[in-house]
Amino acid sequence: MDKIGIYVVPVVIVLIVVFGVVKKVNIFDSFTTGAKEGINSLINIAPSLIGLVLAVTMLDSSGFFDIITQALSPLCEKIGIPSEVIPLGLMRPVSGSGSFALLNSILEKYGADSIIGKTASVMAGSTETTFYAITVYFGSVGIKKTRHTIPSALTADLCGIIFASLAVRMF
Amino acid sequence: MLNYIWGGMIVVSFICALITGRMEELSQAAINGADKAVSLIISMAGVMCLWTGIMKIADKGGLTAIIAKILSPVLSRLMPDYKKDSAAMRAVSANITANILGLGNAATPFGLIAMKEMQKENRLKTKPNNSMVMFVVMNTASIQLIPTTIAALRQAAGSKQPYDILPYIWIVSFLSLAVGIILAKVFSRKT
Repeated sequence: MDKIGIYVVPVVIVLIVVFGVVKKVNIFDSFTTGAKEGINSLINIAPSLIGLVLAVTMLDSSGFFDIITQALSPLCEKIGIPSEVIPLGLMRPVSGSGSFALLNSILEKYGADSIIGKTASVMAGSTETTFYAITVYFGSVGIKKTRHTIPSALTADLCGIIFASLAVRMF
Repeated sequence: MLNYIWGGMIVVSFICALITGRMEELSQAAINGADKAVSLIISMAGVMCLWTGIMKIADKGGLTAIIAKILSPVLSRLMPDYKKDSAAMRAVSANITANILGLGNAATPFGLIAMKEMQKENRLKTKPNNSMVMFVVMNTASIQLIPTTIAALRQAAGSKQPYDILPYIWIVSFLSLAVGIILAKVFSRKT
């Protein structure tokens, strides 16, 4: 299955560029406009990313994650989730920058291509910042009672964590 | 919420370092942490721009409109309180499509328009109807074709194949989105 991943990048790029040519899009201009938006959104998240990478680095150096990971590992082993990814699972629905900072520290510590690194990447990539989306969207129209939104969304997130661990271990 | 989490992380790291005797490492981490973040952002910039640039070409070529058209029958079945060609459903389709293509800057404005339009026909103004809940639940799930930030982080961490996780991400996103949709449907009868 890893082979599919190798093809995705060049195939998507070529398909979209050819599509752009066929549709007579000013392709280079569009690319630079998009790239500028990319830079801008990176600059927008930069301050919070700096703050959270700082906090995660401090927390990691203090030995906190080692303690948590060890404490949780018997329970996690039973479910089949690597306990190293639990802090990321807790952070993911709350803060985007926070989870990117945690993912970064996991990738550096255990290696991006390790089972733990891959599981963490899949977890972070297949779920969203749930509470942020709920706050922004319902907040924008002044709705405070969200009915069954949170139970549905959080259960889906939890399933995402379990599926991510399963998928990486199975293939 | 982030106030408490961030403050908590820093205080806990100090207490933890006191107990484990790693105060020197903590001191180093505090100085290096902020520095590390800046180099991380710089090493992510190229990959992020590659994808936002490519997806902009797709958007300008009208791919967004094509995908939105394909999705609209499915979406209007999931949100039956609104007619298929209503302003609300058009904004919903545009939002979901922008999310799929990873056009984050476009997705949120469309989402806000969708909520505003949906709220107009919502009977109880302080409580969302089933379709509004469904829309927000779908936005709490990730449906991005190329998760650019994850790829950029993997690249920055020296992964040999930063994109080899894509098929897993697609499968897992799809399954958890399905769980979210099913639960939103099931719970809607009970609340």
